[in-house]
This record gives sequence, structure tokens and C-alpha cells, in this order.
Amino acid sequence: MNGTAVSVRGLTKRYGDVRAVDGIDLEIGTGEVFAILGPNGAGKSTTVEILEGYRERDAGEVSVLGTDPRHPTRLWRSRVGIVLQTANDTAELTVRETVRHFAAMYPSSRDPDEVIAKVGLTEKARTRLRQLSGGQRRRVDVALGVIGDPELLFLDEPTTGFDPEARRRFWELIRGLSDDGTTIVLTTHYLDEAEALADRVAVIAKGRIVAEGEPATLGGRASAKAAVSWLEDGGRRRIETRTPTATVLELTARFDGEVPELTVTRPSLEDVYLDLINASPDSEQRPS
Amino acid sequence: MSDTVASTRARAVDREGSGRLPSIAASGWGRAAVETKMFFREKDAVIFTFSFPIILLVIFGSIFQGELEGHVTVSQLYTAGLIGAGVMSASFQNLGVGIAVDRDDGTLKRLAGTPMPRSAYFVGKILSVLILSVLEVAILLAVGVVMYDLNLPTAPGSWLTFAWVFVLGVTASSLLGIAVSSLPRSAKSATAVISMPFVVLQFISGVFIPFTALPEWLMRIASFFPLKWMCQGFRSVFLGEAGASLELAKSYELGRVALVLSAWMVGGLVLCLTTFRWKGRRDG
Repeated sequence: MNGTAVSVRGLTKRYGDVRAVDGIDLEIGTGEVFAILGPNGAGKSTTVEILEGYRERDAGEVSVLGTDPRHPTRLWRSRVGIVLQTANDTAELTVRETVRHFAAMYPSSRDPDEVIAKVGLTEKARTRLRQLSGGQRRRVDVALGVIGDPELLFLDEPTTGFDPEARRRFWELIRGLSDDGTTIVLTTHYLDEAEALADRVAVIAKGRIVAEGEPATLGGRASAKAAVSWLEDGGRRRIETRTPTATVLELTARFDGEVPELTVTRPSLEDVYLDLINASPDSEQRPS
Repeated sequence: MSDTVASTRARAVDREGSGRLPSIAASGWGRAAVETKMFFREKDAVIFTFSFPIILLVIFGSIFQGELEGHVTVSQLYTAGLIGAGVMSASFQNLGVGIAVDRDDGTLKRLAGTPMPRSAYFVGKILSVLILSVLEVAILLAVGVVMYDLNLPTAPGSWLTFAWVFVLGVTASSLLGIAVSSLPRSAKSATAVISMPFVVLQFISGVFIPFTALPEWLMRIASFFPLKWMCQGFRSVFLGEAGASLELAKSYELGRVALVLSAWMVGGLVLCLTTFRWKGRRDG
């Protein structure tokens, strides 16, 4: 890591009596791909919109590329790319017209045709946005997010509504941007997406960060109990153990060779995630 | 973190542009081009904005023929009134609905997230409204001349009056349109919310029905709004001195026209600056 792209201390945002964001600390390094996970209403979007300079905060210190996003300048905006959740604007413009129009807003931009190629829309460059599919429309959003060649890119639930193949292609696109050196902050519902893309993950539940770390080790995942399962006497047997290798050795000896239908599984990111958000503190005291 | 745009990262990407933030004028011009292009590609909007005054002129001009006092023809009267309504349609109605849609479909939010100066959005809107208004007026005049023997004024003074009534009217109506765009809760309701007051205003401002035929309380209400004064200004241009006797005050009161339209410009600007929302209601 060389430098800090985003730094957040004690971020708080209330809507009436509800604390949507309740004291969040974050540190995102330059060049990192950082995923924010959490259920609907957990405070993900509020947090990201405060970082993007769209929303006021009640308390806390925030620095994004060295600037407080409460007072966004045009220069700062030119260094930050934003891909919003949903948009249906410029429906009557073609892909190329739209990308060129937004390119002209930046002090210096990427080549529009190159960006269109990068998001895989070269064949649709002359098509009006109205006629694109949902996934193609989303790729236009990404093109507009990166046209100014941002140092930091925010992606808010970028692949909602994608089919599996489109999601894979989208992930490749994000990896390519990351390889170019862009810092990426992404919110998502999809755990496989976080696992596939993110260097680090933060899980937000009820306005607080309940876990933070690399996807592979999140919530003690790597050292958690493994489940060993096999078939014996016509029924499925299953034990949870911290020493699955010893268990398998024991079983191998008992069966004198092949253990029928043997599986050894660690908890998936999804298991860890569901445990985390269900175990989050003071859930019964909160107004809903 | 560096304050300069030229980032320290070594990047293998081609970059375009000057390296300086684009000016408001350049950004506003870019917006105007895009706004106008989108407008003409959206057939419903074109029909909605343009055809209404033109169809009404054709209908009214065909139904009510003949002359009023002082050799003023009814079709002349309607041409002047419908130019006022046409200008208001291209500015007030077009912007009121269009900006409500922009707020709903993500246009405003996306623009707010770019380095574009926010004023460029309004510069673009007003430039595109000017283009539309000039077109609308040209078509209405053409219909008037070709179908209803409208005599265009020859005196330069009349065209000067036309120019300032047009500019003040477009500006005041545009600012009001921008202000009123915050009223509709969503794009779906925008057409209904914005069109209703506009239709009422047309009926009480002397567009369809001679102003003098209205009961006094309606006249008072209409005199508060800009459309009545715009139409009065346009009548002075196209009906000439002969038509002045048809006015309530037996004069076109051009001084008051200028005063009321200017007052609405100031009021509209204050409303815009105090009430404009860059976010939709869903965005909180």
C-alpha cells in the first residue's frame, strides 16, 4: 500500500431517530479494491454517498483523496469516478454521443472509443441508450464512471440484475481497471462478487462495521471449524472439528481405504457473513 | 495527495483534453447541444411542445373569422396570443416537465457527480429553450401569414418591442419553469402538475378568450401572472395602434409589461436559487 485514498473516523448519520450510520471507521489504501457488504438498509449506500460528496454527515472525519467531500471542488470531482445504482438518463443519445459528452467535462479524459471498447460496447456505439439491455446500460454507467480517468472509482451495487455471464465479464472489466492503478470502492449484495474482486472487505450491519479483512480470512473463516461428512450405514454422518486432517486419517483407517462420499468444507463467505449480520449488537433496542 | 490534475501515477492510457477544467461557457454550450439533440429525438416531447399552439391557431383561426373594431382580424388576435402561449410552452412547460424528469431519471445526480460546473446545466437548458422558442414563433408566424393574412409589422420599432417582450418573456418563463420543476413528486406526475396551471393561465390571460370578456376577479388573478403581459406585448406588435382600443386600458401599457415581466424574472431567479433540488425525493 502506498498512501491512503479514503480515511473515515467516527462517521455518523441519523435520519430522524434512526442511526443509519453509527460510528464507522475506514481506511482504504491507494490502489486497493475494497468491498462494502451488508444487507439492505445497513448503511452501505449512505456511507458511500457521504464519501462521494452527495450527502451531508452528522459527525465524524472524512477524507477522500485528501479532501473533505463535504466541500467538493470541481478539481476533486475530476479525480473521482462514480457509478450510481440506477440511472436512465440520456436515453435518446447513442453510446458514443453520451461518452463523448461526459468526456468533455473533464480536464483530461480517456479516449471515448477506447473506453467504449473496454466496456465491450464497440458494436453498440451507435445505438441509443434506450435500446440497450440492462447489462449493456450498466456498462455505459461504468464507461461514464471511468471516462475522466479517475484515481478513485465508486461502484454502488454494480451487477444487480446481471446474468451470470455478464457478471463474469464485468468482473474482468473491474480487474482491468484495478490493474491500471485505480482505487475501487464497491458495495454489493453478492458475496461471490466480493470474494472474486476485493482485496479487503468490510461488513456493515445496522450502521456499524462488524468485520473487516481479507475475504479468505473474514470473521476467522480460515481457522473456523471444518465440517467432515461421509456416508456410513446408509446414512449421512457429519462432524465439525478444528482438526479435519486427523478426522480424515481416522476415517481412512476405519474404512481401510476410500471413505464413501467424503467431503471436508470450511464455512463459505456467505456462512460467515450471515453469522456476522445476525449476531450484530443491540439489534433489539433499535427502532425499526 | 497532489493538488494538481496531472496525477503522479504512471498510466498507459491515452488522454485527451487540455488538462484544464472546461469553462462554464464551453460546458454550457455542450449541454445545450445535447439537450437540443435529445429534445428533437424524443418525438412525444416535440409534438407536446410544438404542435399544441399551432393546432390551436389553425382551429381558432378557422372557427372565428371576421374583423373586430379598427380592422383587426380575429386571426391576428389569436396569432399574437398563441405566440405568447407558444413561448411559455417552450420555456415554462418544457423546463418544468423536463427538469422533473431529469431529477427522476438520474440526469441531475450524475451531472452533480462530475466536474461540470452546475451553472452549465442551466445555461444549456436556457439556450435550448431559446432555440425552441425562436422556432415555435417562426412556425406560428408562418401559419398566420400563409393561412390567415397576418400582416407582419414593418416598423423597426415594432420588432424592437417584439425582441424585448420575447427575451423578457422567455427568461421569466424559463426561470419559473425551473422553479416549478421541484413541485412534481416524480416524472410520471410532472406533465399533469405543470400543464394544469399553464392551461388555466392560457384561458384567463387572453390567449383563447379576449381578456376583456373575463369577469373582474379573473382579470385580477391573470394580471398577477406573466402570460397576460406577454400576450399584451405581442398584441402591440401584431395588432398595431388600431388594436389598442380593444385593450382594457385602451393602451398596451408597454411600461407595465416590462415591469411585470422583469419582476417575474427576479422572483423566478430567487425561487430557483432557494428551492432548486439536485436530488429526487427518493434520494432523501
